[in-house]
Amino acid sequence: MVDLSFVIEPVYIVTIFFFIIGLQRMSHPLTARSGIVWAGAAMLIATLVTFFTPNLTNIALIAIAIVIGGGFGYIAAKRVGMTNMPQMVALYNGMGGGAAAAISAVVLLGPATAITGSLAVVGGLIGAVSFSGSLIAFLKLQGWMPSRPVTFAGQQIANMTVLVLAIVSGVFVILQPSWIPLSVSIYLPLFFILALGFGLLMTLPIGGADMPVVISMYNAFTGLAVALDGFSFATPNYAMIIAGVIVGAAGSLLTLRMANAMNRSLTNVLFGAFGATEEQAAQVSGSVKAIEADDVAVMLAYADRVIIVPGYGMAVAQAQQKVKELTDLLMSRGVQVKFAIHPVAGRMPGHMNVLLAEAGVAYDHLFDRDEVNPEFPSTDVVLVIGANDVVNPAAHRQGSPLFGMPILDVEQARNVIVLKRGQGKGFAGIENDLFYRDNTKMLYGDAQETVGKLVQALKKL
Amino acid sequence: MIEITAFWTAIYIAMLAAFTGYVVISRVPAILHTPLMSGSNFIHGIVLVGAMVALGLATTATEQVIGFIAVVLGAANVTGGYVVTERILQMFDRSGKKPGKGA
Repeated sequence: MVDLSFVIEPVYIVTIFFFIIGLQRMSHPLTARSGIVWAGAAMLIATLVTFFTPNLTNIALIAIAIVIGGGFGYIAAKRVGMTNMPQMVALYNGMGGGAAAAISAVVLLGPATAITGSLAVVGGLIGAVSFSGSLIAFLKLQGWMPSRPVTFAGQQIANMTVLVLAIVSGVFVILQPSWIPLSVSIYLPLFFILALGFGLLMTLPIGGADMPVVISMYNAFTGLAVALDGFSFATPNYAMIIAGVIVGAAGSLLTLRMANAMNRSLTNVLFGAFGATEEQAAQVSGSVKAIEADDVAVMLAYADRVIIVPGYGMAVAQAQQKVKELTDLLMSRGVQVKFAIHPVAGRMPGHMNVLLAEAGVAYDHLFDRDEVNPEFPSTDVVLVIGANDVVNPAAHRQGSPLFGMPILDVEQARNVIVLKRGQGKGFAGIENDLFYRDNTKMLYGDAQETVGKLVQALKKL
Repeated sequence: MIEITAFWTAIYIAMLAAFTGYVVISRVPAILHTPLMSGSNFIHGIVLVGAMVALGLATTATEQVIGFIAVVLGAANVTGGYVVTERILQMFDRSGKKPGKGA
């Protein structure tokens, strides 16, 4: 075969250029769509020219592996519903982390120096943690394991012990000192088992509500692991280093932003076991009052200002289309309708925006928490559709596990209608004071059905 | 083996890349957080090229098996990450084309 390896570096440079342009375009609403196309084209050419790597063997195996992995990734991503996107990001991120860990293993099995070996060990550790951690996040969000935090006595000591043991095994793998117990070849698998174990243990105590932050963190981890692997090759792979570091930096910033949006520190997210304990003696008074759809329709029809607060329940029920219909009906009657989007409504920042955009709700009807909060006192009806924790006034009460989280102050509106499937608690597992307020009425049922009923009732008015 | 000078060059590059990542993200509106997380998830799919090299240079059966796993996982990261991001962004596109919304 003709030696075409000279094209690799130039193409990698173009790849990185396209990646950065792609990311930049993805950061603006108008150009976002084209951003992924740029990045995708870059990935494609980078993959193709990598086949020209000098002395590359096992080419058939590589092709088969790409078809298997690529086929799975493509089909699974095409099939899942929009609601399940957050856990799919977790799943694919975990796979990237797993790939990084496996690359480290191959590097460490080969002739590694102290420097490349150390880089491979650190990359392997981070990649393996990202792999097992992301899979737990995926299982929790998918509902294949309980999303509540799993805690036990001495948990943090146990976790730290596993991490320290993993690091010690990693050091043994690099230095291979003569005095260590057991044969040297045991330590490489041991290192990876401990690293995977740490990722698992670290994610178990984190509750479902915090998962977006955690997924974003593991995303940054995978980026870092990829960069370290790029360093650990005999000839450094700059495409991996640059792309990995960019994702690591961007991902870290995104993670902090998300934690900020919930007014929590990253430490608190990771070690707080948020929502694990039941709040002692709930100081809620009053009773929960139910209401019928027809009555709500009348209320809405004769209101001047309505604010809709969507949450995960709307996503689960796929109610966004009906919500859009309802909005159009109300607007045609001259009612002013706004959407209040809490930064962490749903399972990811921007989750609600995406769903509403899908249904065709225009951007200029969506408002951030800070913009919309002053408007609640002058609002006639607030329609809370499947949101819970983000409207829980308990966040203003010292001692509540939610204390300090910035919420939407819907309780200040004249009437609050909460659409809810049942009497369950929110994702954080905390009783919602709002439901007991005098101006709050509960409209029980599946969000899509209920909003459908509202639409029907409104049409008859 | 990686040369010491090459090592430091790589460190310089990594530092500049970190700034790039920071700057590109720093002014992003909250509504794009999800697609952006998904997009950067796709970009670290570049791990695929490393996996290909690892498998391509593997000599023992153990290395081949692990390298194979690396390529499978890396390829899934790439295609899955692309499709998920594409699907999320598709929705933004549709609403952007809505009539009566002057830019």
